Amino acid sequence: MHRFILPLLLSLLFITSAHAGIDEAINNMTKPIAVLIGQIVFFKIPIFGAQLPVVVLWLVAGAVFFTFYMGFVNLRGFKHAIQLVRGDYADPDSAGEVSHFQALATAVSGTVGIGNIGGVAVAVTVGGAGATFWLIVAGFLGMSTKFVECTLGVKYRNENPDGSVSGGPMYYLKKGFADRGMEGFGKFIGTFYAIGIFIGALGIGNMFQSNQAYVQLNHVTGGALDGLGWLVGLVLAAVVFSVIIGGIKSIAKVTEKVVPFMAVFYCLFALIVIFLNYATIPQAVANIFTGAFTGEGVTGGALGAMIIGFQRAVFSNEAGIGSASIAHAAVRTDEPVTEGYVSLLEPFIDTIVICTITALVIGTSQVADPSFAGDAKGIAMTSLAFERQFSWFPYPLAFAAILFAFSTMISWSYYGLKGWTYMFGEDEKGQTIYKVIFCGFVALGCMVQLGPLLDISDALVFLICVPNILGLYFLAPVVRAEMNSYLARLESGEIKKFK
Amino acid sequence: MTQCMLLAVDGSQGGDRALEYSIAQVKDRGIKLVVAYVIEWSPYSFNTPEENAERHKRREGEISRAKKTIIDPAMEKLAGHNIKAESIVRHGAPVETLNELAKKHNVDQIVIGRRGQSGIKSLLFGSVAGSLIQTSEVPITVVP
Repeated sequence: MHRFILPLLLSLLFITSAHAGIDEAINNMTKPIAVLIGQIVFFKIPIFGAQLPVVVLWLVAGAVFFTFYMGFVNLRGFKHAIQLVRGDYADPDSAGEVSHFQALATAVSGTVGIGNIGGVAVAVTVGGAGATFWLIVAGFLGMSTKFVECTLGVKYRNENPDGSVSGGPMYYLKKGFADRGMEGFGKFIGTFYAIGIFIGALGIGNMFQSNQAYVQLNHVTGGALDGLGWLVGLVLAAVVFSVIIGGIKSIAKVTEKVVPFMAVFYCLFALIVIFLNYATIPQAVANIFTGAFTGEGVTGGALGAMIIGFQRAVFSNEAGIGSASIAHAAVRTDEPVTEGYVSLLEPFIDTIVICTITALVIGTSQVADPSFAGDAKGIAMTSLAFERQFSWFPYPLAFAAILFAFSTMISWSYYGLKGWTYMFGEDEKGQTIYKVIFCGFVALGCMVQLGPLLDISDALVFLICVPNILGLYFLAPVVRAEMNSYLARLESGEIKKFK
Repeated sequence: MTQCMLLAVDGSQGGDRALEYSIAQVKDRGIKLVVAYVIEWSPYSFNTPEENAERHKRREGEISRAKKTIIDPAMEKLAGHNIKAESIVRHGAPVETLNELAKKHNVDQIVIGRRGQSGIKSLLFGSVAGSLIQTSEVPITVVP
């Protein structure tokens, strides 16, 4: 086994440490790829002066459809989702299995990442304050999409002979279409999705995360790490390596425990900053609403702001990408719908709560104003907003960002792995090869600049929405039937409350 | 008159003494003995996706290990004594779970051994027997 890992690692080490100028070389290399993929995936149609990427329309249309088709499950299922997470319906006889809370926490630590801190800043810079409004709307609609995909993830998962489970869009696409007599097509888009999630895992769930972690580290050290991206990348890659290959569970355990704490800490301080900026709250809120409908100063006006907001929301909460359904599929439950309900809360926590708070921090600190912010972009801008109240805040923020990035990478390494095992089987050796590749990309992520990197990452994630949402449309009746049957049994008391 | 007794075991010597004590109490008196072992587990911990995927397998392993090393030896000891006995292995928080089981099985007495921790150790880790005394709805016998 180690015979092939070692040379791989050594060559990686060689490539990365050759010299720092490698950053530029890689940037030059990835740029044309980014442009090409971007052009294909974000094929835009001009509409009322704005450029509407077809894929964003595809996602939003899906989310709107599922919201109506499931009878506003995002609103009406909210209370039940909380009851499930609280364990009100947990049968004590099956205690010891993955609980609803654990499934939610795992999926949330996969989605709460740097996008919540940096991505929002990007949205506000490009789409103005109004993008925030659309971000919230997208989060709300995305709850319905999540409901559908996570229900399906559990319903159509594979139970492996060893008792472990593998699930996710590739499985529901394959089996779901086969159930409807379209076996060949199901196989095709299942594989397409598996390839997509594999590549996506290397982009959004990996390079973007490590890149932003590096940017933030460099920012707090006052640029001391300029040109040393390869070094930071290597260190990060080594830590990820030790967890996913070395099986050093304690690192993952610590991270998974610290991440929720950091999220609460982040929100708490964000609220304090907003409170301290109280004088500008009315203006910031007003900007969000007026910007949403006038789109002043935004390319493409209100529609432009809307597109940016939607794009960032998906990037952050992953509704429509199908990744969360891979995490939820791991839960043993006789009722797939319960996982759907629980997953509703993810876009809520991720987008409606955390992203909105970040947007308000930026809004009330007025850092999006170029005369204040200079050229701070992405996470650096959010950091600046906090810095104006607490000069020391960039340090814990950098720490939080790195932890968020790390936990997101760990989660995505699993999503990508499931794509990989779907294609190549559950063979141990193959899994190790995948994990080594994954670590290589962690290092790579710190070497390329935000521009082309973010473009590639964005494009790939949106690309896998296409087969996923197509499948969701086809299988939506299955989910609705499951939901109605479940609700009927809940009503009749057949499904008992244990608490 | 006691009808059903719950015995909490944990594989420790205290647990063994509690077992001996219970045998003496219930044998030839037609009292049912429920032998329970709680595997410490919380539904509110944070896991990686990989851990979640393997949870079911792990759980089965934990249960069969508990049966083999703790429950089976206890049941063997009971076997020769003409005792109506039942065994349970359950995941959860020990004190809460024992209270729940007591309720579910209509138990009118709980027997538990103690570890004899003192000072800082008991402050840090608490004591199942101690907390059980505070929370149980039925009488408890703590066997030293």
